[in-house]
Amino acid sequence: MRKRSLFTKLVLSVFILAAFSGCGYNTMQKNEEAVKAAWGDVEAAYQRRNDLIPNLVEVVRAYAKHERETLTAVTEARAKVGSMQVPKNIIDDPKAFSQFQEVQAGMSSALSRLMVIVERYPDLKANQNFQDLQHQLEGTENRINVARTRYNKAVEVFNTSIRIFPNSLTNSLLLHLSLKEPFKAEPGAEKAPQVKF
Amino acid sequence: MKEITPSFEYMKKILSFFILLLCFLPMTAYGLDVPKLQGYVNDYAGMIGPSVKSRLEEELRTFEQSDSTQIVILTVPSLEGESLEEFSIRVAEAWKIGQQGKDNGVLFIVSQQERKIRIEVGRGLEGKLTDLMAGRIIDQVIKPRFKQADYDGGFIKGVSALISATRDEFKAEPRSVQRRQKGFPPLLTFLLFLGIFILILGSLSRILGGIAGALGLPAFVYLTIPPIGAIAIILLALIGFGGGLILPGLFSSGRSRKGGYRGHGGGFFYGPGIGGSSIGGGGGFSNGGFSGGGGSFGGGGASGDW
Repeated sequence: MRKRSLFTKLVLSVFILAAFSGCGYNTMQKNEEAVKAAWGDVEAAYQRRNDLIPNLVEVVRAYAKHERETLTAVTEARAKVGSMQVPKNIIDDPKAFSQFQEVQAGMSSALSRLMVIVERYPDLKANQNFQDLQHQLEGTENRINVARTRYNKAVEVFNTSIRIFPNSLTNSLLLHLSLKEPFKAEPGAEKAPQVKF
Repeated sequence: MKEITPSFEYMKKILSFFILLLCFLPMTAYGLDVPKLQGYVNDYAGMIGPSVKSRLEEELRTFEQSDSTQIVILTVPSLEGESLEEFSIRVAEAWKIGQQGKDNGVLFIVSQQERKIRIEVGRGLEGKLTDLMAGRIIDQVIKPRFKQADYDGGFIKGVSALISATRDEFKAEPRSVQRRQKGFPPLLTFLLFLGIFILILGSLSRILGGIAGALGLPAFVYLTIPPIGAIAIILLALIGFGGGLILPGLFSSGRSRKGGYRGHGGGFFYGPGIGGSSIGGGGGFSNGGFSGGGGSFGGGGASGDW
């Protein structure tokens, strides 16, 4: 019946319009910008941590100079972070990205070892300078966490938006945007820390 | 034009259409309850005495009026296993304390059972209320008092310290506080188009109007109130369907050619009218008069315990 086919066409067009609006051309680009912005926050947060390290090492060394190994480890980890070249397109590059994550994880573990030995020096812990640094370090670590979480969320949104249909078509024909790398959980993070007495 | 009698085949088609639609509308789970923002002092753990509470509310309200900076207190009985920092940033993101663009919000959060304190600082205040400063306020002002169970004193002195640390960093705009700006214009346009769309389709066929309503109403509600479950969507779809069936009928009188023309004219006339009146109802999402200004947080601040 004429009525029926008109109806079907209209329903189909409404449906298509709703699902396909713009074929995602603008959405994908917007999402990519969001990922880049989130990455900027991540880099800034890690940089902030790096800037705190020299001071921290100095203060700890004043009270715990015999802990040479641990202090050296921290300094070396920082040097590694500093010497790494962060390419412009790091979020598109899985290899560069995982190298970045690895280097930062090395910094994190050197720092946590340092904090463990600090526990043995009550004078150090009572020192105002050290307490200030500790607050700053904790603040920075929190910023890193928040930035990473938001970055991962932005990546999820973006990656999804370039994979679903019909955006995937638009992407392969016009935009050629690539999947972004998310932060992966650090190996060993699943295991709860062992408390030994 | 005669009415279409819905046959079973027809109904099946419509039903499968709806089901397909449901697949396109994502549901968002809202995580572990972020408590409701009631005012400047949200003492869910009952740690603050009533006179102190009203005094703090007064002080913080005055401060926001002069500086536009929002400092909000939250106490919870327990974190129930979640880390304080994770919970704190979730609350800050949900409540959006501080003004949009300025990001000048501070969340002073205390968890009673775990004996933990945190000051979550908005992006715009990180320069003045540094992590260091926040840490010192906790260590030197709040912690010692809490250790002696002087919670009232801890909150009072803590708030004063926070106010002095952030004073004059921002200035309140001279006009009265207007916070509910975001998201409004797009909603208006959407509703207008929805109304007109329903009427156009509806004048062609009642079922079409019903479908447009079923599509549009859940989508509209989804845009305004993000966490929405499948059941709510189905209900809204049904209501929209019904509304879409009835609405065009109300505005187009008769089905003769002349009447149809009048119906179209009437439809267009009433479309903006409906859109306009719906805005009046749908524009205000008030929750008792207090809300965050849209400020954002970057994870800065400090934590401590007693």
